[in-house]
Amino acid sequence: MRISVTVDGVTYTDEVEPRTLLVQYLRYGLGKIGTVVGCDTTNCGSCTVHLNGLSVKSCTVLAVQADGCEVTTIEGLASDGELHPMQQAFHENHALQCGFCTPGMIMQAASLLKDNPDPSDQEIREGLEGNLCRCTGYQNIVKAVRQAAGSVQ
Amino acid sequence: MTITEESPESTLEVGQPRLRKEDQRLITGRTRFTDNLTLPGMMFLGMVRSPIAHAKITSIDVAEAKASPGVVAVFTGSDLADDVGPMPCGWPLSPEDKVPEYYPVAREEVNFAGEIVAVVVARSAQAARDATELVDVEYEDEQVVLDLAAAAAGPPYVHPDWETNVSTHWVFDSAEAGTGTDVKDEIEKARQDGIVLERTFRQQRLIPAFMEPRSYLVDPTGDQIVFWSSTQVPHFLRVFAAIATKTPEHKLRVIAPDVGGGFGGKLEVAPEEFITLAVAKKLGKPVKYTETRSESLQGAHHGRDQVQRLTLAATKEGKVTALHVDLLANMGAYMGLVGPAIPILGAYMYNAIYKFAAYRFEVKNILTNMVRTDAYRGAGRPEATYAIERLMDDLAVELDMDPLELRAKNWITAEEFPFTTVAGFEYDSGNYEAATAKAKELFDYDGLRAEQAERRARKDPIQLGIGISTYTEQCGLAPSRILGSLNYIAGGWEHAEVRMLPLGTVEVVVGTSPHGQGHETAWSQIVADKLGVAFEDVEVLHGDTQVAQRGLDTYGSRSLVVGVTAVLKAADKVIEKAKPIAAHMLEASEDDLEFRGGHFWVKGTDTGKSLAEIAFAALQAHAWPEGIEPNLDSTASFDPEVYSYPHGTHLAAIEVDTETGAVSIRKYVAVDDIGKVINPLIVDGQVHGGLTQGIAQALFEEAVYDDNGTLVTGSFVDYLVPSAPDLVDFVTDRTESPALYNELGAKGVGEAGTIASTPAIVNGILDALRPFGVKDIEMPCSPMRVWKAIQGAQPMTQESATPGEAQPHFSSEGGQA
Repeated sequence: MRISVTVDGVTYTDEVEPRTLLVQYLRYGLGKIGTVVGCDTTNCGSCTVHLNGLSVKSCTVLAVQADGCEVTTIEGLASDGELHPMQQAFHENHALQCGFCTPGMIMQAASLLKDNPDPSDQEIREGLEGNLCRCTGYQNIVKAVRQAAGSVQ
Repeated sequence: MTITEESPESTLEVGQPRLRKEDQRLITGRTRFTDNLTLPGMMFLGMVRSPIAHAKITSIDVAEAKASPGVVAVFTGSDLADDVGPMPCGWPLSPEDKVPEYYPVAREEVNFAGEIVAVVVARSAQAARDATELVDVEYEDEQVVLDLAAAAAGPPYVHPDWETNVSTHWVFDSAEAGTGTDVKDEIEKARQDGIVLERTFRQQRLIPAFMEPRSYLVDPTGDQIVFWSSTQVPHFLRVFAAIATKTPEHKLRVIAPDVGGGFGGKLEVAPEEFITLAVAKKLGKPVKYTETRSESLQGAHHGRDQVQRLTLAATKEGKVTALHVDLLANMGAYMGLVGPAIPILGAYMYNAIYKFAAYRFEVKNILTNMVRTDAYRGAGRPEATYAIERLMDDLAVELDMDPLELRAKNWITAEEFPFTTVAGFEYDSGNYEAATAKAKELFDYDGLRAEQAERRARKDPIQLGIGISTYTEQCGLAPSRILGSLNYIAGGWEHAEVRMLPLGTVEVVVGTSPHGQGHETAWSQIVADKLGVAFEDVEVLHGDTQVAQRGLDTYGSRSLVVGVTAVLKAADKVIEKAKPIAAHMLEASEDDLEFRGGHFWVKGTDTGKSLAEIAFAALQAHAWPEGIEPNLDSTASFDPEVYSYPHGTHLAAIEVDTETGAVSIRKYVAVDDIGKVINPLIVDGQVHGGLTQGIAQALFEEAVYDDNGTLVTGSFVDYLVPSAPDLVDFVTDRTESPALYNELGAKGVGEAGTIASTPAIVNGILDALRPFGVKDIEMPCSPMRVWKAIQGAQPMTQESATPGEAQPHFSSEGGQA
């Protein structure tokens, strides 16, 4: 099937197999390897991207469902060489170690603040429930989101 | 020339919470995880895995798979018989150990569900995976061996030729070793006039569950074969892969690019690694294999899985006199790279921070029809710590003493260091009193005890428990001499090179191979101080056998204490090599020079030369003094003589809903003594993550096999890696008694949190529920298990307590209360 998708500001038109997942299209079709795959069951959230501004797990969206949509990945989050406040906050709060879950975690955290610009710690934790991290114990991730919330306001 | 003022003490890098150099690429998606790499003409592998736990392979029909679109080849075990040999076991405990032959692709039989029976090669990953379902394998079922105690006792056998499932029986005994008295005598004495506790604890099977699934890419098209692997151990991989595939070692370059976590789970050489290399060589094409999460959970090695039978003897005053540890350790169907040794990495740690007169440890490594067990964060030491810390709490209950007071009665006091334990190891430094005092204060121990009493008195349905863990661990793997005495195939040394570049920046090449720990940042801080260069001017290179030719990689909290010691020794050599050049440049005698703040100074003057100037002079080598090499670069290898012993006191306030069995952590205080801290930001991160993995063992995680030997927890739907709302903010702090035997005074921090937190949580749950008569809950302490324990327990009365006499030893069921 032919689809046309805008990813990180660039519009691509491609033939894809109907079963192609959005994450497979991003990674192997477009070379957007910043978005990674950590599980097969929509549990880990490593592949989280924004689809028309909403966070989705791109392993659970078909590429054809993204036809006509705008997708933002971790690679398109910074603008004009400036890190997104959430990226900066992750760096400043040591909210990542191996960095594998980080793209998804940052995308989900950014989406969380869009929905709730001033979340409590508990709301942050619940908002990140669908994203697994094996390294950090989440403490510094929560701290980073709190800091980013402050800087976004 | 004019020389800037020497840096004041406060600008030292070591001890500063430097933000990580590693982060930029990771937060912007510019990562080099193996699956991100693509080569022209690359082929993809799909693994056909046995759904059956124990069977003879009677036939394999690959015709339909071969005809499937995009498929290039299909290989069975016999097809690859000449291409790849068996998997290595690097650490059998003795030459007599029963170590089964483990072929990367099974040949005649399968011994766990998930074992690879055929390999599909295709032009896309999807095509490869599709075709795996078309390979038709016929099996003849055999009896499945799963229960550890039954497997130890007799038939059926995993490998029937041996007529046993016991791979080895290994013993340490303090009377035989001359490090203590006889356990039997001490226990007998206590049975007459003291206290004997007898317990059976189960260390459930866990899965390392690193976030990046394992991925391998081999390019055989150049003069050298290049092998990218999501491994913790590129140096091990190079050697073992060279042997198994008969590849000349110098023709094989292994690269561990960005690696997404390991936790011991990538301390292995995997069948999938060997297969990827063998197929790439066979086809002469680049080949990639990336596992799915469910393949990872069933095919990558697991951790823990032991039954601990424990006997502790003490006087009526609460002085522990003896500990007897009798383990059954589940190896799975085959031996992993260091699998058989995991129990003995804990063998010298059951005595923990305490002074026991007598100690005996014995383990039987048992073969079953499950995937192999091997290293998982802490590896042997979490099991030991759990056992002893549970026992110390139980002893305190028997004696009606405060559990911290009981521990203080038994621990090595600060004045007694260095102290040689009943296990025969010398602890160089520590201060258990200081760590405990700080933890109690941060925790408000007395306040929470008062609240606990109050809530007990008013029968609050949500009861409060206080969990304690005063742990120590053996870090810095390891003195090669000791490893040799334990029959390990390799050594424990580490290697580094420090290169002074002509413009004054520095390359530090290390044999350790980080995968999230922040070494690039921390090592830069250390080298910046050592050589007096800027933090930004240090580049740490690792994880490529062509760049870092020598090394033994990253695991066992070794990279700082062993690896950086090698770095510092190499840096010392750089300074030594620079000295005669500086003397020549300054027209001074070497004796008149001193090295400070990155410069050689003529003593008592402000005349000097920086290392950068000397490095540039070495590039030119003009008017060079005779007999001096025009090169400052230096290498060093370091083999530690001793381990290091981090310790700490962790306190957990646990709330248990007695009506639902739900457990929540109200407060967790971790005070760790890890010696000298290089970067407190990174240390806190290591502790947070470590605590979480230990808490996950206590509350959430377990690899469950059904009666047929099928892994039930085969996805993240069922294997419960905790997420953010399952956890709380931890209070972390430190005390510091520097390690005596390395230049930094550092002890290692990677495993501390995981080792300490499991018993702290379970002790807290039991402390909350003791008035209900609950004495034990099997891990993970799920709401169902907690609720059942409350329902099934008898309230504790004066009559049901057993002070002063032995409880009946292991019940006939052999299970838990």
